[in-house]
Amino acid sequence: MKDLLAVVMLLGIYSLLSASLFVAMDAVDVAFTEAAVGAGISTLLMLVAITMTGRSEYPERHKPLLALAVVIVTGSLLIYGTLDMPYFGSAEAPIHQHVAPRYINDSMQEIGVPNIVTSVLASYRAFDTFGEVVVIFTAGIGVLALLLVARRSEEDEKADLFNYSMHEQHLILRIVTKMLIPFILLFAFYVQFHGDFGPGGGFQAGVIFASAIFLYVMLFGMTTARRVINQSFIQMIAATGVLLYGSVGVVSLLSGKEFFDYSALSSDPVAGQHLGILLIELGVGLTVASIMIIIFFNFASRRGNQ
Amino acid sequence: MLMGLYNYWVVIVLMMVGFYIVIAHGNLVKKIVGLSIFQTSVFIFYISMAMVDGGTAPILDEGIKQYSNPLPHVLILTAIVVGIATTALGLALIVRIKEAYGSIEEEEIQKKDNLDC
Amino acid sequence: MIDSLMQVGSSLFLLIGSFLLLSGGVGILRFPDFYSRMHAVGVTETFATSMIIIGLIMHNPDLLVDVKLLLILLMTLFISPTAGHALANAAMHADMARPKNIKSDDEVTSSNS
Repeated sequence: MKDLLAVVMLLGIYSLLSASLFVAMDAVDVAFTEAAVGAGISTLLMLVAITMTGRSEYPERHKPLLALAVVIVTGSLLIYGTLDMPYFGSAEAPIHQHVAPRYINDSMQEIGVPNIVTSVLASYRAFDTFGEVVVIFTAGIGVLALLLVARRSEEDEKADLFNYSMHEQHLILRIVTKMLIPFILLFAFYVQFHGDFGPGGGFQAGVIFASAIFLYVMLFGMTTARRVINQSFIQMIAATGVLLYGSVGVVSLLSGKEFFDYSALSSDPVAGQHLGILLIELGVGLTVASIMIIIFFNFASRRGNQ
Repeated sequence: MLMGLYNYWVVIVLMMVGFYIVIAHGNLVKKIVGLSIFQTSVFIFYISMAMVDGGTAPILDEGIKQYSNPLPHVLILTAIVVGIATTALGLALIVRIKEAYGSIEEEEIQKKDNLDC
Repeated sequence: MIDSLMQVGSSLFLLIGSFLLLSGGVGILRFPDFYSRMHAVGVTETFATSMIIIGLIMHNPDLLVDVKLLLILLMTLFISPTAGHALANAAMHADMARPKNIKSDDEVTSSNS
């Protein structure tokens, strides 16, 4: 019997280490996201999942030889393939010759936002990001379809009693959490609206906002959390985020420009870009935060019903 | 001279570790863990391609000449969040499989399926 | 003059912080049971992180960055003792094995009476 808890915790540590690796390789936005998502939410979701599926693994079906052979052959072929790749950190690599110089040299005049990652994400490649947001939305719907349970109010009362007895033991945690949650939410808003100037943006802000709610659910129980955040309300917010994102594109289309060309939004093209990026990041933030909350709520209430 | 390629080798080793876990283990949660390791290795691959010697983070400021490439950062930033959404979907499927079959070991699920036929 | 003094001070703080973290790491490997290992990390971690952040504040002249670092310091002072408490509490509830020669409070009072 092997313990899956250790596996999941090690995965969280691996994610945190790779986040620091990203900082070392100058990708601060990515590191921020990986630290919030990989080390935070992903670990938490896996922990909730293994409390439902059992935390031990049967070791008997473990045939390493064939798998090892496949892995070694694939790995050596891939290493053979790297021999023609450009060296690590070389400025002459083909990847740095094509679109990147345009983003680095012209984005300040065209978009007027210091953080190049934000201007590429929300303006130059807004259509791509729209696709990603729709994928996240669809995944949320999928989790909802798989895990949604009808609740009865008597069960709620029973759960309430159980939660109450449990919370007496966690007095210190509850008080410290109560103090911290407002600041976490505030930080989420800071990340959301400061994304133009420093690392941050809708994706990270959404995840941080959701993690504050997770903290609340874990310490105050599902029923209390449901009183704070209504499930159907949060579903509506998720849809509103995608709708907001899409309608910015439609507005620019209707005023005679290309899809997601924000210069249509204002008489001054740079001001239009600012407004467009603000709206789009808001849409992303709303969708990501509410989808994460929906996913966690459904896992947690499924677990409560078992 | 070949040592300049070490970033790709690190990525390939991590990738193969993830791949091995996916094909050699029968536990479905462990397969998801393997997929996550694989996924993160791809992230490291992209970010290491974007890195330029002596560059800084791609946030425009006075007096900085060399920035690292922002495009892979954008691609990976969105990929991470999409990754967690799809991982959650996979975990939801596993939870339902556990409820339907009473097990999350690949072989036991296969056995139960064969009995039903 | 004051500049170089600040640099020396910041290096000193950073060194103390790193040494404390290292000793915590040795502690987690060398101590015999769960609680003493946890104690090794829990005690050193808060202090070491504060030392490192103070060192960074002295290293950096930018006021905005200093304020942000101070906020991080404040958060750490709240979070890491709480995390240590949560971990120890969870271990108690899971009936984690205690070394034989250490008694809980209940056992001490019952043996005294």
